[in-house]
Amino acid sequence: MATTTVEAENLGKRFKDTTALDGFDVSVESGTVLGLLGPNGAGKTTTVRILTTLLRFDTGRAAVAGFDVARDARQVRRRIGLTGQQTAVDDLLSARQNLVLFGKLFRLNKADAIKRADQLLDQFGLADAADKQPKKFSGGMKRRLDLAASMILAPQVLFLDEPTTGLDPAGRREVWETVSGLAADGTTVVLTTHYLDEADRLCDRISVIDHGRNIAEDTPMGLKRRMGADRLEIVAADPVDLPALRSIVDAVAGGGAKVDETSGSVSAPVRNPVEALTAAANAVQDKKLDVADIGLRRPTLDEAFLELIGEPTEKEGDQ
Amino acid sequence: MTTAPTLTPEESIGSRIRWTLHDYRAIVGQEFVHMYRQPANFLWALGFPIVMVLLFVYVFGSAMDVTGQGAGVDYVAFAMPGMFAMTMAFGFMNTAFAVADAKEKGFVDRVRSMPMASSAVVVGRNIADTIHAAVDLLVLFIIAVLIGWSSEGTVLETVGAFALLLWLRFALIWVGVWIGLLVKNVEQAGNLFALAFPFGMVSSVFTPPELMPDWLGTIAVWNPVSATATAIRELFGNPLPIGDAWPEQHALLAAIVWPVVITAIFLPLGVRRFRNLGR
Ligand SMILES: Nc1ncnc2c1ncn2[C@@H]1O[C@H](COP(=O)(O)OP(=O)(O)O)[C@@H](O)[C@H]1O
Ligand SMILES: [Mg+2]
Repeated sequence: MATTTVEAENLGKRFKDTTALDGFDVSVESGTVLGLLGPNGAGKTTTVRILTTLLRFDTGRAAVAGFDVARDARQVRRRIGLTGQQTAVDDLLSARQNLVLFGKLFRLNKADAIKRADQLLDQFGLADAADKQPKKFSGGMKRRLDLAASMILAPQVLFLDEPTTGLDPAGRREVWETVSGLAADGTTVVLTTHYLDEADRLCDRISVIDHGRNIAEDTPMGLKRRMGADRLEIVAADPVDLPALRSIVDAVAGGGAKVDETSGSVSAPVRNPVEALTAAANAVQDKKLDVADIGLRRPTLDEAFLELIGEPTEKEGDQ
Repeated sequence: MTTAPTLTPEESIGSRIRWTLHDYRAIVGQEFVHMYRQPANFLWALGFPIVMVLLFVYVFGSAMDVTGQGAGVDYVAFAMPGMFAMTMAFGFMNTAFAVADAKEKGFVDRVRSMPMASSAVVVGRNIADTIHAAVDLLVLFIIAVLIGWSSEGTVLETVGAFALLLWLRFALIWVGVWIGLLVKNVEQAGNLFALAFPFGMVSSVFTPPELMPDWLGTIAVWNPVSATATAIRELFGNPLPIGDAWPEQHALLAAIVWPVVITAIFLPLGVRRFRNLGR
């Protein structure tokens, strides 16, 4: 049975002259991973800070783990974990000392805090580095320590604000595996990202946010599908065949064929992909045309995203 | 997966207070690890006052007539209490740095999202800094004795003088907390040193205000740092500035009251600032 663990309606937040959130809605079913996907300045961090009781908001209503964020902040804090945009571990304390400190601050007694720290060091693959200071860690290790610190009480909801920004590919993979593992164990996760591949890979659902508003909310698959149908694409072996290929594609797709001169290809959206592909292949054979490639192309999440927000996304991790 | 510990049950008022103290202890413990891991910080904190005192004692002091008995007479005895007071005065910059750093690194946010007493960041900081200041004073005391300074007061008066110094430092911690929460980052906090410097120097710390131009002398006389410096000179039995302005004649009272005034202003400002982090 699915229950809703995070539910926010019509969230509005203004900072002096910027509107950070403008009637944002979000809801997350327990045990699922929701990705807040949007370009820089979209309002992702603002949303996370509101849901984790760090920021007051002007309009709307938000509940996390069944408690109102504004009225029952204490109850919410007892049930969430937060890994913010910067890693918030103490560089001078060793990894173990960090986790023991956070354990104590999560109100464990000393013995339990030490026990929990050692469990977490094991679980997050940091046992060998337990006595080292985080300043000597790789970016990925530091993030994992940060994640471990927010998992002290095995929170019902874990909030991750740009968990992989600034990490190298190896570090990103480490963090992805850790987050997937936590999700598989049943933790509800809300993460923000401006990396599409990350959202695609980790999230059950994606909420696209821009200028503080919902642009779309769907599964990664659904978002791709929303981009329109699959496209039939034929790559010509010889550019002189392009007009002939174009009329074939037009015929099977019922119009809408586009020629791309640079790649020497013709494509069009099709409603019945398999039928269209078979018909096109037959037609190519009948006319004895030579083609380099013929196939169906799924729109990428990148294209879906571009289409939705109508501007290029930031590729790099500059905040 | 190994099972995680469960939430402590929702608390009564009594256990809430106990847990709050537990939080303060955890944060102070963290600060102790910092001190232990960065012993050089003590040197940095003390390097500046030591350089200043050497400069004043050996370079300018010989030209200064602090007692009315001729240039250079008793200058060491005059300057050492000044150095103690100045170290306490500049100490608030360390507090500001530490708070700005914790905020910039996201530590403050993490703590605010946890079910702990969020006041622990500030109160724990305060306790740790006061302890740090006591260690600073002990080291300076030893150095001062080595240079040839001594307290002529009774044990009680000497201890009282150190208590007044910590009292000033304690009050200024709230200024540090407020500034640390106010600035955007550690760098900005560093720039504020330019403001703190005249605050420490336009005082009776190294120069009797009577030797300054009138208007500057008046500021120096009323500076809280001067009040403490003059009061501890009295308690240590060291030479006093020769002035007869009210704060100089009632230095002990001024040294007790000034920190109360500072705390009354900056403690609420700091608390408000902390609450407004959620704005
Ligand atoms: N403390 C603040 N003061 C003023 N403006 C802010 C503050 N925090 C965020 N903003 C503004 O609100 C908008 C949303 O910011 P944010 O939620 O941080 O975006 P994201 O995390 O998606 O990059 C941006 O235009 C940002 O400049
Ligand atoms: Mg952000």
